[in-house]
Amino acid sequence: MAWTGKILRVDLTAGTCTSEPLNMQWAADYLGQRGLATKYLMSEIDPKVDPLSPENKMIMATGPLTGTSASTGGRYSVITKGELTGAIACSNSGGFFGNEMKNAGWDMIIFEGKSDKLVYLLIQDDKAELIDAAQYKGASCWDTEEGIKAKHGDAFIRVASIGGAGENGVKYACIINDMDRAAGRSGVGTVMGSKNLKAVAIRGTLGVKVKDRERFATAVAAGKQVLADNPVTGTGLPTYGTQVLMNVINESGALPTRNHKDIQFEDAHDISGEAMHEPRKSDGKPNLVSNAACFACTIACQRVSTIDRTHYTVKDRPEYHKASGGLEYEAAWSLGAACGVNDLDALTFANFLCNEHGIDPITFGATLAAAMELYEMGVINDENTGGVKLNFGSAEALTTMVEQTCKSQGFGVELGLGSKRLCEKYGKPELSMGVKGQEFPAYDGRGIQGIGLAYATSNRGACHLRGYTIASEILGIPVKTDPLETDGKAGLVKAFQDATAAFDSAGICIFSSFAWTLDDVAPQIDAACEGDWSADRLLELGERIWNMERQFNLAAGFTGADDNLPARLLKDAAKTGPAKGKVSGLETMLPEYYQLRGWSADGVPTPETLTKFGL
Amino acid sequence: MQKSLHISADDCTGCYQCVLACSDEHGYDFNPMKSVIQVFKFEDEGRYVPYTCTQCDEAWCQKACPTDAISVDANGAKVVSEALCVGCKVCTIACPFGTINYNADSGKVIKCDLCGGDPACVKACPTSAITFVNSDTAQFDKMRAWAGKTDAGTQQSN
Repeated sequence: MAWTGKILRVDLTAGTCTSEPLNMQWAADYLGQRGLATKYLMSEIDPKVDPLSPENKMIMATGPLTGTSASTGGRYSVITKGELTGAIACSNSGGFFGNEMKNAGWDMIIFEGKSDKLVYLLIQDDKAELIDAAQYKGASCWDTEEGIKAKHGDAFIRVASIGGAGENGVKYACIINDMDRAAGRSGVGTVMGSKNLKAVAIRGTLGVKVKDRERFATAVAAGKQVLADNPVTGTGLPTYGTQVLMNVINESGALPTRNHKDIQFEDAHDISGEAMHEPRKSDGKPNLVSNAACFACTIACQRVSTIDRTHYTVKDRPEYHKASGGLEYEAAWSLGAACGVNDLDALTFANFLCNEHGIDPITFGATLAAAMELYEMGVINDENTGGVKLNFGSAEALTTMVEQTCKSQGFGVELGLGSKRLCEKYGKPELSMGVKGQEFPAYDGRGIQGIGLAYATSNRGACHLRGYTIASEILGIPVKTDPLETDGKAGLVKAFQDATAAFDSAGICIFSSFAWTLDDVAPQIDAACEGDWSADRLLELGERIWNMERQFNLAAGFTGADDNLPARLLKDAAKTGPAKGKVSGLETMLPEYYQLRGWSADGVPTPETLTKFGL
Repeated sequence: MQKSLHISADDCTGCYQCVLACSDEHGYDFNPMKSVIQVFKFEDEGRYVPYTCTQCDEAWCQKACPTDAISVDANGAKVVSEALCVGCKVCTIACPFGTINYNADSGKVIKCDLCGGDPACVKACPTSAITFVNSDTAQFDKMRAWAGKTDAGTQQSN
């Protein structure tokens, strides 16, 4: 119950699809999705494997609550060794694809090997087959999804696909489902492309069962009420989406600007959630058309937007006049403040293209920001960029380069490397703003100290979604802590990381945790699944998962020295705002963090810690 | 008092909570394909529209049924008798709105039955896009909104 108890194993080398039972002991120890799929990956691949080799595997996994009426219960994740980072990758996506996998009767799909030609996987309940995808070679995610639905004459098929970027080896290609939902980070789409797998198309009609229907209904209703009553999930996110944060983080002095040279953006308002509501001059309509929900989600934070039809990017391109997935905060920051660009329509256009062709807008924007700094320093010039002036603040540079990167043309080929490889290539590795090869998201570790530690220790490289201390340090959830203070942040980061690993393994969205604690989640899992599920058990499971991911990375060759931040955050003091004069206090937080984790001084889990979690 | 489902698509986020509640309430687990309320998405316009049976007074489905399997319950809902339905699907052809459909699992047709007067979709909807209201006054809120617009600024202040 809640689990379907079945895994689909797809051997792309042999071209076969086989069903096998889910390991229920592992499900009891790792729950589902992120935790359970990582357990499978660790038991089946050598962490030292080349991410793009046939020996790497890629797992699409649901959680036990995926496909149920639990609010936000539509999530699935892609787990693999990431090409961008070489670390464990786990990218989580919403939309409706996760439910479809579960409704077709599968907890997970494990892809192994490499197909000798481009194929897509079609699943119709218990029937699965690999189909030639030659006709979709180079096609965008949008054209692939629409093409597969039309070909099979079924608008209810759900599709997750890569665009040309994933086929061409852009290091941060996404997997896009439902047109604008993404398993976005760490290059999971690049791994999919290396396997010659273009898309996964699913139609599920079997239904998802829970253990105790009545108790589940009660727990779900209680959970929905908590989300409705909370100001963030009940009001802020539906109204402004994650973009509610743009002005807040800017005022907090933690909005990385121009490749982290500044930490406040003078034009933050122009690219904010509030600006998306304001009528534009040309037609009097706002950028924002509506909010929207992923499967079963009662928060509905998604933005649906249009681009001003008179804007230079689309005035002659009517195909971009329709509404589509609009700017979330992270993308608005990376395409906007990180590059110093204040043109909301240019940002929206760039975001559309990232969705259409399947690249991660966070890494793209951050990589372009690094390239802009290289350009302004004279390290690269017009010869490198094909004559495009890569100055901070140039909307034209943004929209030209996003298209070149999506289509692997011109200087876009180099931007497709990500900032670490790009900056190393030009002899300026210190200009790459990230950790373990993955670029920072939209918060500066000088202005918000805890998130700096969370970035440095995140198992998938710099990431806000592995321990979102912003909730506490800025929003006061569950309790307010001082963003400029380092004391107590080691414990805060650990608590967020462990709880998040449990949320990410359940099939629900981490945004629910603005309102829910594990005390709200446990009754839903307990009513849905076999076994006795308490908040304490989930927290322990989360910590087990964190240590397992750490073991993967250590075995892959990472060490404690990789739990670091770029010199800019450690040495260059913030110039303005509440954090003026501050650098990251990582060196004081990290030793305490290792100690709380039960790790050695160089960041390795002690034998006692491993024994405690059965690892 | 007869009550009707009142759907305000403007308030719908496309979350499927109504769809899930419907299939669960009728014993089909969480299975969007077995729900008799569906949410249609017009992605290019950012619109989400829940749609289900409106319980016609002179119901095409009921008139077309050769076995008199469709009757009216105390709430005015047109209800299919599983015992009498033979799965001929004539009602599905007769319904102009497509809101009665054949279910291959049971070999019968399924349609909205208003859950015996306490619709599950209404309770599940997080934005009150679906409400269960007095049929006679179902559209009064819309009238009120237009009345406000029509009369705006025309009355003398007192």
